[in-house]
Amino acid sequence: MVPAVDTPTVTPEQVWAWLADVPDPEIPVVSVVDLGIVREVQVDGAGACVVTITPTYSGCPAMEVIAEDIEQALHARGVQQVRIATRLSPAWTTDWMSAAGRAALTGYGIAPPVQQVIDISGLAKDRSATFSRHAIQAPQVDCPHCGSARTRLTSQFGSTPCKALYQCLDCREPFDYFKCH
Amino acid sequence: MDAQKFDYLLRQGDNALILSQQLSQLCGKGPALEEDMALTNVALDLLGQTRMWLSYAGELEGQGRDEDQLAYLRDVRAFRNCLLVEQPNGDYAQVMVRQFLFDTWHYFLMRGLLSSSDRRIAEIAEKSLKEVTYHLRRSGDLVVRLGDGTELSHAKMQAAVDELWTWSGELFVYDETDQAMVAQGVAPAAEPLHAAFLQHVAEVFEEATLRMPAAGAYMQRGGKQGRHGERLGYLLAEMQFLQRAYPGVAW
Repeated sequence: MVPAVDTPTVTPEQVWAWLADVPDPEIPVVSVVDLGIVREVQVDGAGACVVTITPTYSGCPAMEVIAEDIEQALHARGVQQVRIATRLSPAWTTDWMSAAGRAALTGYGIAPPVQQVIDISGLAKDRSATFSRHAIQAPQVDCPHCGSARTRLTSQFGSTPCKALYQCLDCREPFDYFKCH
Repeated sequence: MDAQKFDYLLRQGDNALILSQQLSQLCGKGPALEEDMALTNVALDLLGQTRMWLSYAGELEGQGRDEDQLAYLRDVRAFRNCLLVEQPNGDYAQVMVRQFLFDTWHYFLMRGLLSSSDRRIAEIAEKSLKEVTYHLRRSGDLVVRLGDGTELSHAKMQAAVDELWTWSGELFVYDETDQAMVAQGVAPAAEPLHAAFLQHVAEVFEEATLRMPAAGAYMQRGGKQGRHGERLGYLLAEMQFLQRAYPGVAW
């Protein structure tokens, strides 16, 4: 017989702290909280917990793993009832990434997003600009390995939907860039 | 159930689904590694968007069909995608011109849907728009590079434009379903959408040194109403095989 135990009363603050230990399955040096994926935590009187998450990219296969990981992490801390809710709006943006998360990315060899959210009015750029109006303007990204600003975009897409590929012109190392979104 | 809204949601979901499937077929066959990754990443974004549209369609229908059942268990006449996305992959010029025409329309439609009276549709559009913007920047960039590239790449791009243009008009021919959505404030009107599409395409073609097809060219239609080319059946046969052969199979 397993003795019945009282569900310990958890607070949203505790849950947030626990979630800060749940790593992203693709980039394990950052947590789901660092990435800004967790939007809200609610705990009702009976100790049931609702965690609201938002998808990074609509097709990102990591989202299902993230939902499972969050559930398991909270079960492991004794939260019996966990529900994961998904929220689409406001749409996830890399602006929600924490400073700690950005620093961890750099340490891991991934350049963090440089600009504020992608400019969706960018298609109507000033015609007088000297560069091609419709050519991709790659953001200036510093090399996460040697810090050089002399880098170039090699591919607009990388190993996951959220990344692009760059190469450093000084240390010659290729690296991932976490695209701003 | 609002049958017209259900139909409208299927159109959005099916466009994304069929184009995603077409791009997935190019996995491992891209002309360069970077292009291969780009094609499959765009396919993945579109598949994610498909799920959002078809999930909503299934919920609205209220007969217990989920996104998977709608994707894998409908027959070809029940598909509501436009004819443009079912055009064959062909050479890379055709892949990129098809993508550019689709992305341009998709971009302006998603912008229009941001202010949809249906909150869920507005949210899906908000989520999709960021991805679609990236798609359009990339495909526009390649149209310029290849159009204003070598003599050979230019000739292939112009041929692709001339070949595919006739499939682009359907997107702006509004039938009863579309008109009902406009009347309800769910969808943006056709005329401003068409004008924005033409203006953007003309600007990119000009920079790409490509000739814009003449106004008033003959346009094919029928995909939105379920009248498809022969090829879509083969595409579905491959895409739906597993669920047809082993109903209910799961990972």
